[in-house]
Amino acid sequence: MSENLKCNICSELATVHLTQVINNKVHKIDLCETCANEKGITDPEGFSLTEILTSGYLGNDKVVSDKTCKNCGFKTSDLKKLGRLGCPECYQTMSDNIYPVLKDLHKGTTHVGKVPSRIFNVITKNKRLNELKTLLNEAVKSECYEDAAMHRDEIEHLNTNSEI
Amino acid sequence: MLIDSILKTDNEMMSSSSAMSPIVLSTRVRLARNLMNFSFPGWAKKSEKNKILNKCLEALKDIEIFKSGTLIKVEELNEIERLILVERHMISRELINNYNNTGVFINEDHSCAIMLNEEDHLRIQYIERGYKFNQIWNSINSIDDEIEQHLDYAFSDKFGYLTACPTNVGTGLRASAMLHLPGLVISNHMEKCIRALNQTGIAVRGLFGEGSDASGSIFQISNQQTLGDSEKSIIKRLTIFLTEIIEQENNSRQNLLETQPLKLADKIGRAYGVLQNSLLLSSAEAMDLLSVLRLAIDLKLLDESYRNSVDNAFIECQPGHIQFKAKTNIDSSTMRDKFRANYLRTQFDDLPPLNFDVLNI
Ligand SMILES: [Zn+2]
Ligand SMILES: [Zn+2]
Repeated sequence: MSENLKCNICSELATVHLTQVINNKVHKIDLCETCANEKGITDPEGFSLTEILTSGYLGNDKVVSDKTCKNCGFKTSDLKKLGRLGCPECYQTMSDNIYPVLKDLHKGTTHVGKVPSRIFNVITKNKRLNELKTLLNEAVKSECYEDAAMHRDEIEHLNTNSEI
Repeated sequence: MLIDSILKTDNEMMSSSSAMSPIVLSTRVRLARNLMNFSFPGWAKKSEKNKILNKCLEALKDIEIFKSGTLIKVEELNEIERLILVERHMISRELINNYNNTGVFINEDHSCAIMLNEEDHLRIQYIERGYKFNQIWNSINSIDDEIEQHLDYAFSDKFGYLTACPTNVGTGLRASAMLHLPGLVISNHMEKCIRALNQTGIAVRGLFGEGSDASGSIFQISNQQTLGDSEKSIIKRLTIFLTEIIEQENNSRQNLLETQPLKLADKIGRAYGVLQNSLLLSSAEAMDLLSVLRLAIDLKLLDESYRNSVDNAFIECQPGHIQFKAKTNIDSSTMRDKFRANYLRTQFDDLPPLNFDVLNI
């Protein structure tokens, strides 16, 4: 069946063929001797098919535009070589390339787990500020000046305690 | 120093009192975390990597559980010491392949280790013997909370914790259990089991080798998906599969006992004999023999009191530990095999005879 398949990473003749099923989809990967060794297929502990699949995906030829991350200088073409990103910002810059990986390998494409508490505080603070501003406007409109003063105090309080 | 203290501490394999421990050796959770505004370790220039390392070290120093722990710059260890940490699963092979500007923080009882500048800036892991996911999650979650007070994590509303490899993004959580599955291996069901698990997004790898013929019949079962599911739900899903595998392992053992007790007894007797009488033992062979001896304890052919020394030997037989005992680098594998055989002979020379009466033969 192997009719001269090309290595997914470097396009040399592939001699190592692997299959893995993720999310009920069959993923095939073909590698040349060199890349197979480099990706640690011979090292039982260092080998992960998912990682190799990722570099196969990330280097997807269909994505034509070669983007560069402004923050770290990482290029889309580096993805193919490394199978990893350059910096957290790269997720923004290269979202087109990463999205298919996330979609196929994960349960969803949006995070639903833990949020770091300091970031959580910022998010909840902003939410509360928006709420208060609406309440303040309504209070002013309906001439409830006592309520308005209360909301204004709380807004001021939130804004001055901004170190969290 | 550090290595001595590590060697004195029980390793993860040593048995716990948990009811599930005959099959579940240990459970572990790790979290991948990165700092905002820095390149990932694999892309960072040398000076940036160094800056990241120092920033993390500085922050971790203030954290309670690490005040009594040990902080190590990996490049300050010698080759054998590095290998020992790998064999004890405190650092990864990937880390020692590229150990410049990397570090590891290990707490006092060695349940928690934090690798610095491995694939991600921080890899926090928490490991316990036996089956204790909830306890581990609570512990690692609070350590993570504390670290976050000192470092700015790279986090996005949409993708969660941002990691060097998109396979870890989201929760950055990998939960895993180390299982001893000799029943499934002996009855040739492991391959089928691995294939079935892979289809459900669960990864299976041999602890001492790859695939269904991993030596020692010890497998690490872990989640592959990290995005689109909460931490608790990922762990819960994994637990469901673990319960299933444990049941299958017990069935396989029962089946072996009923259909081929003689063959099983013979296998155990031979392993017992070889461990007491070998002069050369490769790592893979030693793991397989120890696995059979461990099964003998599960089946009550050998007293429970020997479990600890068997479990301990799994780790003590690894090349780094062997070379440490020999007090020298041993390049020749034959010499290592000689040392290993010696160690096991002494370790098991006072075993009582196997009690074959418990099997119906
Ligand atoms: Zn190649
Ligand atoms: Zn970048």
